[in-house]
Amino acid sequence: MSFSGLLSQLLEIIIAIALAPLLTGWVNLWRAWLQNKSAPSIWLPYRLLHKLFNKESVIADNASTLFRAAPYVMFGCMTLATGIIPTLSTDLPLATAADAIALVGLFALARVFISLAAMDIGTAFGTMGARREMLVGFLAEPALLMVLFSASLISNSTSLTTIVDTLGHREFAIYPGLALAGVAFTMVSLAENARVPVDNPATHLELTMIHEALILEYSGRHLALIEWAISLKLFAYSCIGLALFFPWGVAQAQAPLDMLLALPVLVFKLAIGGFLLAVLETVSVKMRIFRVPEFLGTAFLLAVIGLLVHLLLVP
Amino acid sequence: MSILLTQFVNLLGAMLLMLAFAMNSQRRIVTLIHLFTMQGATLVLATVVVGYVTNQHHLYLSAALTFVLKVLVIPYLLHKVIDRLDIHWDVETLINIPTTMLIGIVVVIFSFNLAKPIAELSTAVASGTLGIALACVLLSFLMMITRAKAVPQVIGFLAMENGLFFAATSATYGMPMVVELGIALDVLIGVLILGVFMFQIREQFDSLDIRNLEKLKEE
Repeated sequence: MSFSGLLSQLLEIIIAIALAPLLTGWVNLWRAWLQNKSAPSIWLPYRLLHKLFNKESVIADNASTLFRAAPYVMFGCMTLATGIIPTLSTDLPLATAADAIALVGLFALARVFISLAAMDIGTAFGTMGARREMLVGFLAEPALLMVLFSASLISNSTSLTTIVDTLGHREFAIYPGLALAGVAFTMVSLAENARVPVDNPATHLELTMIHEALILEYSGRHLALIEWAISLKLFAYSCIGLALFFPWGVAQAQAPLDMLLALPVLVFKLAIGGFLLAVLETVSVKMRIFRVPEFLGTAFLLAVIGLLVHLLLVP
Repeated sequence: MSILLTQFVNLLGAMLLMLAFAMNSQRRIVTLIHLFTMQGATLVLATVVVGYVTNQHHLYLSAALTFVLKVLVIPYLLHKVIDRLDIHWDVETLINIPTTMLIGIVVVIFSFNLAKPIAELSTAVASGTLGIALACVLLSFLMMITRAKAVPQVIGFLAMENGLFFAATSATYGMPMVVELGIALDVLIGVLILGVFMFQIREQFDSLDIRNLEKLKEE
């Protein structure tokens, strides 16, 4: 582990934690504009976090330690996830410890804890939200794995840094398999981040909500941590998407100074990605919960076809 | 450059396959027609690129023919038919959609395996796409089997022709012009006849469900 590696690792995690609420604010801004509403300030997520951290945290009498621990576990998982994904540099000491499969495991760990915490209090909403979250999760995970595998087939490695290194720095080539995987990934990340076709992040209508039902019992600093972790999750998913499908501009191990250029490139790519997410959310309609398995099944099949097409076309 | 263009043809092939899958999973007729139009447009682009890479100018002509027929005329006719029949939204499938998709993936694996030895014999630029074209044909076939209503069946039939056309361009640089003109005319006339047929089915049974045709037996 070199000094520059340590530096890039630290810088990457700090930037992820600092920028994640901004990305959420940016998406909300564009969503409001596209839907002809007056937009909230782009700094609103930061103000929300500030407000929540200063508030008292109210916890139900029958809550166990699991309920208190879950926000910290979730935040920790998401922070670690952003540390594995190469956003600025591929010289990441943490990345050797965990590959793409472990990354999916990290997301799963966070999901398990938040679902258990939701059931811990014993309210009907929490349990319903937990059940729905697990329904979405168990269908989305295999699809995400398949997407990551189609990128692994090209670079012969499941480590995300190697994938970015091979995809970003070799001669430009079009991979038809990756195009299919890209569509599948978009569908999976919409479902995983509780975005419009699957869940509505702005709703508090009891019967349709998935994610909001999970965190209904949280308040104060716990809620702030969860909100922050949700922003981090969106950031992490955007970065996986960029790493797999638009890996250009990420600094390599031999050139740590490239990170100075990599940061503006990353912000630019994320801004475009956030805008596209807002467009996608505006043009699509929230589907019934029972359509979600079909939606995610399609994503899984597309990812599998991506793998097959890659095997067929690239000898 | 030509390597990149060949990869681009492969990408368009993958898009055709994706659109074939999307058509299989689509419940609504209007969206089905939109998907069919997109498939036609992708096909036109693929034909033009293959024509450019291989310097076969007659492919431009067939691309133009495809554009006029499959992107403009036939979608327009189909829109007109569903307007007149007032069936924008309903599609009823015989097998539920997840099962159709699972059968679809088996079909894809089957046709990829079938096409691989054939593609190895061919020297065409995008011979690898033969498997994709075969999968498109079989998926459209699957759509014709799984749909109960007349309009989606017609669209399945047309999409099948798209797959055949893609196979012809990618594996053999297109069929002779006479054959191509003949097929184009056939498809157009086919759509017109089937359009008339749909109105007749509706008049007879008050529904477009072709299962009703089984009642037409002599006593």
